[in-house]
Amino acid sequence: MTPALAFDLLLIAALLWSAARALITADVFRAVVLFIVFGLLMALAWARLGAPDIALAEAAIGAGLTGALLLDAVGHLRAKWRGPER
Amino acid sequence: MKAWLTALIALLCSGLALALGAAMLALPEFAVRLPGQVAANLDASGVAHPVTAVLLNFRGYDTLLEVAVLLLALLGVFALSRHASDHAHPAAPAHPVLQTLARLLAPLMVLVAGYLLWIGAYAPGGAFQAGAVLAAAGVLLRLAGLLPAWAQPGRLLRGGLALGLLVFLAVAVAGLPQGELLHYPPALASPLILLVEAGLTLSIGLTLAGLYLASAGWRQ
Amino acid sequence: MSAALLYALAGAALFAIGLAGLLLQPHLLRKILAFNILGSGVFLILVGLGQRDGTIDPVPQAMVLTGIVVAIAATALALALARQLLDLTGQMRLPEDRPDAEPADD
Repeated sequence: MTPALAFDLLLIAALLWSAARALITADVFRAVVLFIVFGLLMALAWARLGAPDIALAEAAIGAGLTGALLLDAVGHLRAKWRGPER
Repeated sequence: MKAWLTALIALLCSGLALALGAAMLALPEFAVRLPGQVAANLDASGVAHPVTAVLLNFRGYDTLLEVAVLLLALLGVFALSRHASDHAHPAAPAHPVLQTLARLLAPLMVLVAGYLLWIGAYAPGGAFQAGAVLAAAGVLLRLAGLLPAWAQPGRLLRGGLALGLLVFLAVAVAGLPQGELLHYPPALASPLILLVEAGLTLSIGLTLAGLYLASAGWRQ
Repeated sequence: MSAALLYALAGAALFAIGLAGLLLQPHLLRKILAFNILGSGVFLILVGLGQRDGTIDPVPQAMVLTGIVVAIAATALALALARQLLDLTGQMRLPEDRPDAEPADD
């Protein structure tokens, strides 16, 4: 097995693991953090596929901006649970 | 949800993945080779980077409509958050270190966005990446408490949001007398694409930042 | 088998994971996550299959670039809708069919 193939298989395993964990983890905050990890791993996968344009966009948009939106929604959700006085 | 139904759905989804994988492995050889066609027409496209050539020239329709979709999504977010945002949203006070860092980084990010926009004609980069970096600068400033949420965007901001689509539409329609929509004259293709990309960068950056700023910190 | 085809196969698996999550998870935030994972799977299939003979193909790459930006627009709109539902009903999940059903505890 060549090092490149080993890296590809590891990266794919990490992608599938983070995606599955993001959907089954009990805590919503953890799920969002795992999703951001998934987005960064996707950026690596794009780089491996020879698509630096998509890798740049995925890191900035898929992981960064989507992550910010999701984390803010989690904050909104938690503020709601703790009651309106907070 | 019932356990058997969950198991059934999981089973069906796994079966779908296996069927998709089997279909991919059974695919025949390519009948049409697109990379060769892109390379053959790259000289006439006005840019030297194939992905930018596809985005702004060969498949300009996709990009044009995509910017419209982006604008529509922002309008939807505004429509939803308006009633909750009647009162002003002062930015939350942030740590002074974060504020200083944001003040230092934001101009640098604008510089990076400009670089990405320029380099897009020759190498990986372009309007989308540059717009994303601009938007990230906006989100950073918001997190540092230096930008208010957008309860009611003013005229200037609305103009900035629509600018990219308007410039793109104007360039697309300007080609009509010469033949067809979105057809750039080869001599002018390079500056026209840069013009469209500059407008797109500003609008995509503002729109993506707006998607965050319109709802961020919105607590009832 | 080329590396690109390997990533296309991974995309098929991600598509299935996302679809299962979309169907099985009642929480709307997780449905949005699942929708994004499903979309990433589709993008991987698009680029991976387009480059399965090992040559870089800019056409699917440009389409995926467009798709990523549309995906974040859809995500932001979906999150705004989910927040609205949270503010109106106090929970971030779709209402049950029976109007008299007790809301499930988290």
